[in-house]
Amino acid sequence: MVSPNLFITTTNMFELFQYSFAIRGLEAGIIIGLIAPLIGMFLVLRRYSLIADTLAHVSLAGIAIGFLLQINPIVTAIASTVLSSVVIERLRISRRVYGESALAIFLSGSLALAVVLISLAHGFNVGLLNYLFGSIVTVKQTDLYIIGGLGAVVAALLFLFYKELVYITFDEESAQVSGIPTRAINTLLIVLAALTVSLSIPIVGVLLISALMVIPVVTALQFRQSFGKTIVVAELVSLFSVIVGIAASFYFNLSTGGTIVLVSLVLFALSLGFRKR
Amino acid sequence: MSVDHSLNIIEVNKVSFAYKESLVLKEVSLNIHKGDYLGMIGPNGGGKTTLIKMMLGLLTPTSGTVKLFGQDIRTFKEWSRVGYVPQKVINFDVNFPATVFEVVAMGRYGKRGLFRSLTKEDRRVVQESLRQVEMWEFRDRIIGDLSGGQQQRAFIARALAGQPEVIFLDEPMAGVDAQAQDQFYQLLKKLNRDLELTLVFISHDIEAVVNEVTEIAFVNRTLSYDDDPKKFVKEEMKKLYGESKFIHHHHKHV
Repeated sequence: MVSPNLFITTTNMFELFQYSFAIRGLEAGIIIGLIAPLIGMFLVLRRYSLIADTLAHVSLAGIAIGFLLQINPIVTAIASTVLSSVVIERLRISRRVYGESALAIFLSGSLALAVVLISLAHGFNVGLLNYLFGSIVTVKQTDLYIIGGLGAVVAALLFLFYKELVYITFDEESAQVSGIPTRAINTLLIVLAALTVSLSIPIVGVLLISALMVIPVVTALQFRQSFGKTIVVAELVSLFSVIVGIAASFYFNLSTGGTIVLVSLVLFALSLGFRKR
Repeated sequence: MSVDHSLNIIEVNKVSFAYKESLVLKEVSLNIHKGDYLGMIGPNGGGKTTLIKMMLGLLTPTSGTVKLFGQDIRTFKEWSRVGYVPQKVINFDVNFPATVFEVVAMGRYGKRGLFRSLTKEDRRVVQESLRQVEMWEFRDRIIGDLSGGQQQRAFIARALAGQPEVIFLDEPMAGVDAQAQDQFYQLLKKLNRDLELTLVFISHDIEAVVNEVTEIAFVNRTLSYDDDPKKFVKEEMKKLYGESKFIHHHHKHV
């Protein structure tokens, strides 16, 4: 008796597209999946991977503020991460604290603020948990407009400053000598990272966003290709992880963010096998 | 030669640099003329790199002035006239995903300006620069996969791609094997003579530098300059040798 079972699975296959929340989640996921590795490429190669994680924790404080003031949490998350990213960069340049220490201060500080704000709002609720680990259910129609609009802005700015970003990432000193305004470009990169982190939170969640920026890039780096081809491979890994992860989380009722990250980790493990030497 | 050697490209005037409390350079003055091939020697920590970084605008002097092409460095904007080959071979990421072509193309970025992508003309100049250093056939290789000497030639090509009038090289021989070094010196000589490029070259290898450069500067907190490197080094050696008479060896008997 195989056929009835098969029939049920095939109807189920398209079930995802019958729910508007699932379609919204998938659309938002694809936008995030496209821009996260673009930013991640520059962060990973500059040894800035941890900044994504730090900004994610900052955004949690932003989300808590949103819950408390009853404003859309994405908006408060964007405001808090962008502001903090500029302060972190200033602190790094001033050399009054080490780069990583600046990150550690912001990571723990914003987490502390978030926890205190949450206790003020009388504890965790389901909505907040969704922001921690990501869920396709979190994405509302206005969120999708924000993610789409700002996602396009991030992608456009990356495109416009692509060659400056590449040069600074490879060799900051020579880039500066050649007349590139390195300080402005560095600030731009970190602000774009802040935007991307905030936009990704509804889907992958605060705790997993850095994975989406880092793992596809590290996977692509195993193939030792040109800069351009490495970006393409990272994009493919990221999109595959997002689409398969969202579909799997929908059908098997799993955590969306967690499934996406696990799928990308499997691809990373495979890429390690590919690399000779 | 048709190069006007009397033209000052870089004027360093009574420049001092202090890092926190300690004085790295004290009232250093130096003129670099068009077509010079200046070797800068001196002990580690003597201030060679600091001096070069001030001429490139990467560091600001504590006192004194630096002029590039007659303009004060603080308002200087024509950075495409200046090329730079940093001390890269020892400290760059060998896993960086970039082909030789992509690295050399970076040399065009500053010239092209913001918001513009590279044109056909840029690609032609990149190709020409790669041929100049005999690295065209390596254009699709990942930079980290090449030998030290090949990487260094790629970095020279990157500087050339900006079509500068002066190139600064900071210890370019570090991590380059002896045979590649010979080739490298020939390349520099060619650039200086045929392309009439002004070269400023930092090295701690006095012997090699003396045989190559046409001007020499010895930097050790202060600067002494000579346009006869061989004579200069002979005299410096004599000074050093003379001093060594006063060095006593103490042997401890246990």
